[in-house]
Amino acid sequence: MKLTRTIVTEEGWNQASDRLANGGLTLLGLWGDAPCVYMALLDEATAEILVLSYACRDGAYPSVGARHPPAIRLERTIRDLHKLNAAGAVDTRPWLDHGGAPYAFLPAEGEGLHQIAVGPVHAGIIEPGHFRFTANGEHIVRVEQRLGYVHKGIEALMSGATLDDAAKLAARTSGDSTVAYTYAFALAAEAALQIAPPPRAVYLRALMAELERLANHFGDIGAICNDASFALMHTQTGILRERTLRAAELCFGHRLMMDVIVPGGVIHDLAADGPARLEELLSEIRRAFPPLVELYDNTASLQDRTVTTGIVKPDYARQYGAGGYVGRASGRNFDARRAVGYEPYSHLAFKVPVLDAGDVNARIWIRIREVEQSLALIDQILSLLPTGEIQTAIQANGKACEGLGLVEAFRGDVLVWLRLDASGQVARCHLRDASWFQWPLLETAIKDNIVADFPLCNKSFNCSYSGHDL
Amino acid sequence: MRKTLFESMTRGPLTEPPPAPDEAGLAELAQSVNRAARAKLGRSLSIRHVDAGSCNGCELELHALSNAFYDLERFGLRFVASPRHADVLTVTGPVTKNMREALKRTYDAMPDPKWVVAIGACAVDGGLFAASDVVEGGVKDVLPVDLHIRGCPPSPTELLKGLIALLERAA
Ligand code: SF4
Repeated sequence: MKLTRTIVTEEGWNQASDRLANGGLTLLGLWGDAPCVYMALLDEATAEILVLSYACRDGAYPSVGARHPPAIRLERTIRDLHKLNAAGAVDTRPWLDHGGAPYAFLPAEGEGLHQIAVGPVHAGIIEPGHFRFTANGEHIVRVEQRLGYVHKGIEALMSGATLDDAAKLAARTSGDSTVAYTYAFALAAEAALQIAPPPRAVYLRALMAELERLANHFGDIGAICNDASFALMHTQTGILRERTLRAAELCFGHRLMMDVIVPGGVIHDLAADGPARLEELLSEIRRAFPPLVELYDNTASLQDRTVTTGIVKPDYARQYGAGGYVGRASGRNFDARRAVGYEPYSHLAFKVPVLDAGDVNARIWIRIREVEQSLALIDQILSLLPTGEIQTAIQANGKACEGLGLVEAFRGDVLVWLRLDASGQVARCHLRDASWFQWPLLETAIKDNIVADFPLCNKSFNCSYSGHDL
Repeated sequence: MRKTLFESMTRGPLTEPPPAPDEAGLAELAQSVNRAARAKLGRSLSIRHVDAGSCNGCELELHALSNAFYDLERFGLRFVASPRHADVLTVTGPVTKNMREALKRTYDAMPDPKWVVAIGACAVDGGLFAASDVVEGGVKDVLPVDLHIRGCPPSPTELLKGLIALLERAA
């Protein structure tokens, strides 16, 4: 992956903010590494990733969020975690730090408006977060999220950790994307140390990533329908999800494939009967899934709930650089597997489905199409799977170094940026979930919908709380 | 839809036989559950779940308990939406500073008698996050815990074993 870090002055930093604001670049990340702040940028035309760093003066840097709103929550986080201030910021409320004064929700004024407070503890088995609705009867005029409840200090724990320990923390950043996180972490470490994993490991990583994508998409398709009270779909896709996790356990020794990918390769080879098990899984999915898709497509009462509900405008998807099905259902043609083309995806054939309706229905269809693509990818991976070693030894190279990894998780691109010290320990690691640029769009998507449709919209996003709260 | 329904009728259930109760769990529970409570509840428990800081991995496996293979409800165990309807509180994750208050309030809202089950390596003692400044520790550092189900995450079978042990003792 091409990567250059440029140290910029205030002028250079502001120019980058302007290019973000005028749409010339997409924000991939913004994080602190005191006394510096870093910004990762994507040039979508060339798929080039740039990293800028700026040395703060008196603990402050020019606000990016003041010109480019997607940066606002990231700046609030940098202040909470690193005590670096964004000069000229529009929103200076804390974000992950809940210790201070009662949180001031944004006001919404008008006749007959009332507030509904939901969370952090929800009715179902889901992660904690707070949603503050302002509504007139059933009609929502504003929803504001308050996150940070599962803030565990992951990045702080990583500073000073060995590469092995940090990889374990990366694996536990968002459990549903444990493969994607360990994958991105490994790519970042390998880029920093300039080592390459053996070819077999490269393919096994992609195999796990596609199994993870399948399991999550099955879970999501069913769960969204379930939130429209269509339980049959949930039951049926739940069976496919379970079969996928069981196959993962047989192949790699863990249902979620946690801690299998490490810097340098993978620690668990595909079990001897793995290919046969996977063939069975694929043929079962190919038998059972198409009738479910047909069922979804032909059930008017279900379509009534999902079509035109929770629309994300394509302009917002582009502005926020929204990844995954949120972006691709709203016309943003970006998939890190293709755009950045990390190995082995540059050698595999697959389509990136894109729709432009931006509603719950479109986000379901993107997942359906991606299930089909993942099946085709697993076929290819199994037929191309090289033999040989699965791990390259990791050695510190005696000097400080940094690297970046960008991997397409089921919900969108995960970015990991890593700085190692001369002994090979982690000096600083930043993990950026796709959810950072999706959560704010959920606030836009729900406007003018009814309260009862919120669970449906929320599930169609299925943003991560833990991956966001870190 | 009819076709899918008919098919599932003729195929026979996917649900698997229940695992034996977890021995270690039974021993842990022997100390915490009294007979009087057992007599009152009958063989059924309502469970309220709180994620107090988990990575969400444990929640995925808790969800799996409701799929066709594990079918939790056949044991008289079901997840409920309100702590006021619950006998059991399951908790995952290290307890973060930001979730401590919400967790305690959920527990306080539950009627007696009640049990707390800490699920996953994080819930036991904070797991890999124990050393963090923004983490309180394991669930036992905030609430009295009756049963620990270990694993990262515990598999649905391990979860079932633990919950069945609770049912044998408590209900
Ligand atoms: S025990 Fe493991 S799976 Fe469960 S919350 Fe902790 S890290 Fe995640």
